[in-house]
Amino acid sequence: MTPAVRLRGVTRRFGDVTALRDVSLDVADGEFFSLLGPSGSGKTTCLRLIAGFDRPDAGTIELRGVPAEDLPPYDRDVNTVFQDYALFPHMSVAENVGYGLRIRKVPPAERARRVGEALEMVRLPGVGARRPSQLSGGQRQRVALARALVNRPRVLLLDEPLGALDLKLRQQMQLELTALQEQLGITFLHVTHDQEEALAMSDRLAVFRDGRLEQVGTPAEVYEHPATPFVADFVGVSNLLEGRVAEAIAGSARAFTIRPEKIRMLPEAAVPEAGECAVTGRIRDVVYLGMHTRYVIEVGEGTVLTVVEQNRETTAADVHRHRGRAVRLAWNPAHNHVLGA
Amino acid sequence: MPFRVSTALHRRPGLVLALLLAPPLAWMGVVYLGSLLALVAQSFFHLDDFSGVVVRRLTLATYRDLFTPAHGDIVRRTAVMAAAVTLADAVLAFPLAYYLARYAGPRMRAALTLAVLMPLWSSYLVRVYFWKLILAKEGVVSWAFARMGLTPVLDGVLSLPVIGGPSLSVSSLGTFIAFVYVWLPYMVLPVAAALERVPRSCLEASADLGARPAQTFRNVTLPLALPGLAAGAIFTFSLTLGDFVVPGALGNSSLFIGQAVLAYQGTAGNVPLAAAFTVVPMALMAVFLVVARRLGAFEAL
Repeated sequence: MTPAVRLRGVTRRFGDVTALRDVSLDVADGEFFSLLGPSGSGKTTCLRLIAGFDRPDAGTIELRGVPAEDLPPYDRDVNTVFQDYALFPHMSVAENVGYGLRIRKVPPAERARRVGEALEMVRLPGVGARRPSQLSGGQRQRVALARALVNRPRVLLLDEPLGALDLKLRQQMQLELTALQEQLGITFLHVTHDQEEALAMSDRLAVFRDGRLEQVGTPAEVYEHPATPFVADFVGVSNLLEGRVAEAIAGSARAFTIRPEKIRMLPEAAVPEAGECAVTGRIRDVVYLGMHTRYVIEVGEGTVLTVVEQNRETTAADVHRHRGRAVRLAWNPAHNHVLGA
Repeated sequence: MPFRVSTALHRRPGLVLALLLAPPLAWMGVVYLGSLLALVAQSFFHLDDFSGVVVRRLTLATYRDLFTPAHGDIVRRTAVMAAAVTLADAVLAFPLAYYLARYAGPRMRAALTLAVLMPLWSSYLVRVYFWKLILAKEGVVSWAFARMGLTPVLDGVLSLPVIGGPSLSVSSLGTFIAFVYVWLPYMVLPVAAALERVPRSCLEASADLGARPAQTFRNVTLPLALPGLAAGAIFTFSLTLGDFVVPGALGNSSLFIGQAVLAYQGTAGNVPLAAAFTVVPMALMAVFLVVARRLGAFEAL
């Protein structure tokens, strides 16, 4: 099947900075695909090239098999939800949502009907007469979504659409966006720097670093089998063990990573179960996070491990008393991820 | 605790506001509004034709005088000129302002802003009289037309009724050119400021939703620049309405409102009629603002 979006060897330079370096990527039709990376990693540049706001210096872009790198944005069958929403301040909400239809000369009656449907779809019926400035951030975000979706694009591009929302609203919108995508069956291409968001929402995701693609895969693949130390560290938190420490624990000097939630924290004198990896250390920092607590533990040779424990029985006062305590860490070696393996 | 003025003021925000506003309000109330009211009051007096003395009794006689055909011509001529100058300045300023706001780098922007503002540093009288030299029969414009063999074109334009005249320096066209020149900075700066506030993402969103550049310009750029255009137009329109220097230096003998005011309050001693003439630009500006508001010029503010 022809992919909805295909990039081949795409490179984009801004002066001396190479924002995107030889990126090749296939996004399948109907997929929820995330571009994940820290700021400045090239993910937004990538999205802008696909939208047509910018042109690659090298490489090709295909939309449903049609070469698109020379097409202006208005000739591409994609629509964008902007990070700052980019609603037109001089138009009402209904005029904003109906803008694309008006440009394409959809008759007023049908336009009004589809605008109403789109606003209902994002659960904002009855705000059509208002101005964007009279809406809250979350409402503006929904209007921006409706404005893009009302045109029934093949591909919807979302540039950090949830970045400006508070945590509760963000989690709610994550669920709504994925539900909407399943219902509509169109391709969502979603840029984010929030790894949790990318894991929660995507069918597949691509991890960017310094303009390069580090790894492409399903959330499970990327989380459980990170291809590089960067991916291991950026997607979730990961403890990297290498050199002599790695050899002492796992019997091999090959570097490996272990996720904080896999590690059990035991009293120093406790005996680990047979076959478990184990190491002793001292608690350096305690970060109380409400639902759970993050411990930073020095295990010698300049290596620190992060361990996360649920606060099932412990209180904030309890966990803070753990600071400076000597502990033994143990985990199932099956969770070790040997890098480059 | 020691007494502190700042603490005392902190507890009385109303007093702070009063202190802040007293000087400008006193100035506005007494000097500005006072003179304006005196002016408007004058326009309701009239000049006794026999004695040449102002009769201080409320009457509409002066306004009747204002609407005689000769005076009506002056008003119409000035209003048409002001509208034409405003339109020309808007058309000239927009591309420059667009470049300033959208494309120019910081250095280029500083250089261009300086270039736009620099003429304002020299006396406008001097600049207007230089235009008289530039546009004169022996001036550089005639010379340039002659060198290009286009003298017939210039003569053709000058032979047109209303805008023409014996030379550019003695024609409505020359007056128009000088007006467009002297007020151009007042249009460029507000338009550039308005365009700078248009988010790039709004223009991208318009293209993303299928609008070609011309459609984006009409539907997004222009409406969002309208407050700036309106602000610039308020300057160019009102400055042209009241000016007497440019038509005095470059025009033919037909008067503009500013010249009429100058003549009636000076040599003729007819202060009521001068005052009535001054009320005309104010009324025209009021109409202008109402129209601009109807067009939605202030909605995106």
